[in-house]
Amino acid sequence: MADDKKTIIVFSGDLDRAMAALIIARGAAAMGNEVTLFFTFWGLNLLRKPAPASVKKPLLDALFGWMMPRGAGRAKLSKLHMGGLGTAMMQHVMKTKHVPSLPEMLQEAKEFGVKFIACTMSMDVMGIKAEELIDGLEYAGVATYLGHADDANLNLFI
Amino acid sequence: MATHSIDAKGLQCPAPIMRLFNWSKTAKPDDQVSITATDIGFLSDVKAWCQKTRNELVSLEEADGVITAHIRKGAA
Repeated sequence: MADDKKTIIVFSGDLDRAMAALIIARGAAAMGNEVTLFFTFWGLNLLRKPAPASVKKPLLDALFGWMMPRGAGRAKLSKLHMGGLGTAMMQHVMKTKHVPSLPEMLQEAKEFGVKFIACTMSMDVMGIKAEELIDGLEYAGVATYLGHADDANLNLFI
Repeated sequence: MATHSIDAKGLQCPAPIMRLFNWSKTAKPDDQVSITATDIGFLSDVKAWCQKTRNELVSLEEADGVITAHIRKGAA
């Protein structure tokens, strides 16, 4: 029903977990639900632009930025990554079986009206600036998420 | 009253119901759609989708791995 709401906390930046979150989010949107995804900690990396952004940062923030994957296209499997081989195999199989890639899933979710919130505290701790993230995000903290969760009848932590 | 058809064969979950949702956004009450899909989960999913979105599942059948559902748009 249109008045149903779902919220998902996307904590993990793993390809498999993020896929699960995005399949549920897209499915719920297709059921007419209002869906909010709250991206925090490792999940924030899924929202990074693939190209490096030229923003001035303190050394530690910059180091974090270099070590973490830039964007959903670089997300790894939580198991069987095998130095990239397993993840590449999975991406290949997904393509042959008509499963959208993770960046495509994010794009589709947005087109279906799924709301994306980036956790500003995680951004600060991990040294990620808004300029480094994809467009169309809201920036907020835990109270905003809790406000959405209070109105929802499903809340997942992935 | 219009009748549409959607070919969702080969598409993975939840793409078939996403196609249905797109149809329902512009459809008027009593409009119909015929959708074909090969994701075997769609057999169950289309029932849940119709129930939750208040559309009527007119018929549902499966033959040779292809699921065909006829749906009538419910009153808004």
